Amino acid sequence: MGLSFDLTEEQDMMRRMVRQFAEKEILPVCVELDEKEEFSVHLTRRMAELGLFGSIVSEEYGGTDVGYLSYIISVEEIARVDGSQAATLAAGVSLGISPIFYYGNEEQKQEWLPKLCSGEILASFGLTEPNAGSDAGSSKTTAVLENGYWVINGSKIFITNSASEISGICVVQAVTGKRSDGKNELSCILVPNGTEGFEARPMHGKMCWRASNTGELYFTDCMVPEKNLLGRRGEGFHQMLATLDGGRLSIGAMGLGGAQGAFEAALNYSKEREQFGRPIGSFQVNAFKMADMATQIEMARLLLYKACWLRDNNREFSKEAAMAKLVCSEVFRMCANHAVQLHGGYGLMNEYRVEKFYRNQKLLEIGEGTSEVQRIVIARHIGVPGRAL
Amino acid sequence: MKIVVCIKQVPDTTEVKIDPETKTLVREGVESITNPFDEFAIEEGLLTKEKYGGEVHVITMGPPQAKEVLKNAYAVGSDYVYLISDRAFAGADTWATAYTLSAAIKKIGDFDLVICGKQAIDGDTAQVGPGIATQLNIPQLTYVDKVVEIDPDNKKIKVERLLEDGKEVVEASLPALITVVKDINEPRLPSLFGIKKAAKLDIPTWTADDLPVDKDKLGLKGSPTEVINVFSPEVRGGGEILEGEIPEVVSTLVEKLMDMKIIQ
Repeated sequence: MGLSFDLTEEQDMMRRMVRQFAEKEILPVCVELDEKEEFSVHLTRRMAELGLFGSIVSEEYGGTDVGYLSYIISVEEIARVDGSQAATLAAGVSLGISPIFYYGNEEQKQEWLPKLCSGEILASFGLTEPNAGSDAGSSKTTAVLENGYWVINGSKIFITNSASEISGICVVQAVTGKRSDGKNELSCILVPNGTEGFEARPMHGKMCWRASNTGELYFTDCMVPEKNLLGRRGEGFHQMLATLDGGRLSIGAMGLGGAQGAFEAALNYSKEREQFGRPIGSFQVNAFKMADMATQIEMARLLLYKACWLRDNNREFSKEAAMAKLVCSEVFRMCANHAVQLHGGYGLMNEYRVEKFYRNQKLLEIGEGTSEVQRIVIARHIGVPGRAL
Repeated sequence: MKIVVCIKQVPDTTEVKIDPETKTLVREGVESITNPFDEFAIEEGLLTKEKYGGEVHVITMGPPQAKEVLKNAYAVGSDYVYLISDRAFAGADTWATAYTLSAAIKKIGDFDLVICGKQAIDGDTAQVGPGIATQLNIPQLTYVDKVVEIDPDNKKIKVERLLEDGKEVVEASLPALITVVKDINEPRLPSLFGIKKAAKLDIPTWTADDLPVDKDKLGLKGSPTEVINVFSPEVRGGGEILEGEIPEVVSTLVEKLMDMKIIQ
C-alpha cells in the first residue's frame, strides 16, 4: 500500500476516548496533584482500566495489542492535558512493561504482565545511577551469582514509577562480570519491590512531572533467585538500548502532546484577551507565533508518527526515534515559551495551565537521553567520521 | 430484559449554523457525535442490563456515516447494534422517524424497555421518543431522571420524572418507553478492549425492505409536517419597565406608544 496519512478507525476512536478521559478526569485535578506533588493511584488505575497500559502487550497476557502508534497517540493525548499522568503511563509501558514483554521468558511474562496491564502494580526500569547518566555503560551496581541467587549491591536514581505505593517490580540493570574485551558485562534482573535489601525512596522537590512518582533505589545485599534474570546474561546493554529507542518515542509523544496543549491554550487566550481594543491574537506579532507553533507541531507529529510506523512495520527506527524525540521536545519548548509569553503576567501563575507546560517541558530535553545524546545517536546513524562523542 | 436504545448522530457544536439558501444545517467541517442525551440512554440501558440481566440493542436511523455512533455504543458494551438506512427514509420528520424506528423495534421483537434521550440537540423537538411509544402502543415515561425500580417478573417499572416545578414518581407496565434527562447517570468511556472489538464489527444495515412498513409513510413523502423556513431569530433589545402610580404609568405608556406610531 502506498503513502497514507489516515489513522485507522480504531486509532480515531481511541484518540477520542483518551481525550475525553483526560479532559473529564485528569484536567479537574491535575493542578492540585502537581502542587502537592501527589501521585494518583486512582488515575493510574483508570488508565489501566481503559486498557492503556496493555496497548503493546498481546492479549494472552492481558494486553490490548493495538500497536506502538496507538500507544503513542494515547500518551500524546494525556500529555496534551497533563505531563505527570503521561509520564506515569509512558514510563509504565515503554520502560516498565516493554522489557518484560520483549525479553522475559514465558514464566516471567505470565507472572508479571497481567498484573501490569490491569494496573494492579507498576513496573520501573532501573538504569540511571548517581554517576552513570548519559554514560549508562559505566554503571556501578553489581549482581553476583551465589548459590542460585543474584546478590545485588548499588543504587539507582531518577527512576520513574519505582517508589509509589503500587510499584511492584523493577527491571534493574547491573554489572554481572567482565567481558572478554575488558568492558563490563551488563544484565537486567527483575527485582520485586519489597524484596529484603531493596529500598525505594520517593524523590521530592521536582520542577516538572510533580505528580508522577520518581524514586531513588538502594540495593544492599539484595537477593533474588537466579531465574529472575531477564533474557540472557550479558544482554543488558542491548536490552537497555532497545528499550530506550521505544522510550524515546514516548518522550516524543509527551513533547508533541504538550506542544499541542500549550498551543491550544495560547490560541484560546489570544481570542479572549483584549488589549488596545482588540483580541491580542489579531496582532501580527502574536499571530505569527501561533502560525509557527501550528507549523512546528505538524512537523513534529509527522516525524514521530513515521518513527512509530517504522517500528510497527518491523523496520529500523532507532535514528528516527532519536530525531523524533529531539524535535518533539524542542518544539514543545518553543510552544511552551510562546504560550507563556502570550499569556503575559497570567502565564506565570499556576492558575493558568501554560505555567505547568513550561515547567514540564524541560524534562523532555534531559530524560531518556539528553538532546545532546540524541544528536550523538543521529550523527552515528548518518555515518559521520569517528564515534561523534 | 430486552432493552432497545434509540440514538441519533448530531453535529458536535454549540453554535449550529444554518445555510440561508437551503435552510438546512451546515454540516461541513463539523464533527459528528452521539446526541449527548442519548449517551445517558445508552448508559441507562447498560446499567439496567447489569442489574437485571438481559441484552442491549442499539439502533439509529441515518446515513451510512451514522455507523460511527453505533460503533461507540458497541464499544461501551451494547450487545447488538443496527443501522436503519435507506434513501427512502431521507427527509423524515418526527412522525415518519418515529414510525420507522418503531418498525425496527418491532423487528427486534420481544422487547421490555425502550430508552431514548429526552431530545436531540440539533432538532430539539423531544417528539421522537413519545412518537415511538405511540406507534408501539406502549406507555411512555418522559424526562426520567431516575429509574426507581424494575420488576421484570410482574412486568412493571417505576421511575422518577423531572418536571418543571418538581418531581413525580410514576409506575407503568412493561414494555414501556422512557426518555432520559442528563445526570440520570454518568456515561462510561469505552475501554481499548471495547474499541478494538467495535472497530472490527461489521454493522448490519436494515433498509425499508427489511422492515414491516408501509412505504408511503416513510421519509419526506410520509412526513405530515413540512419545514417552511429555518432562521436564527434576531436578538431583541431590552425592554423598558415603567414605574410609579398606575394612572401615571398608563398615560406615559400611551404617550410612548403614540410616539412610536403603534397607536393613534
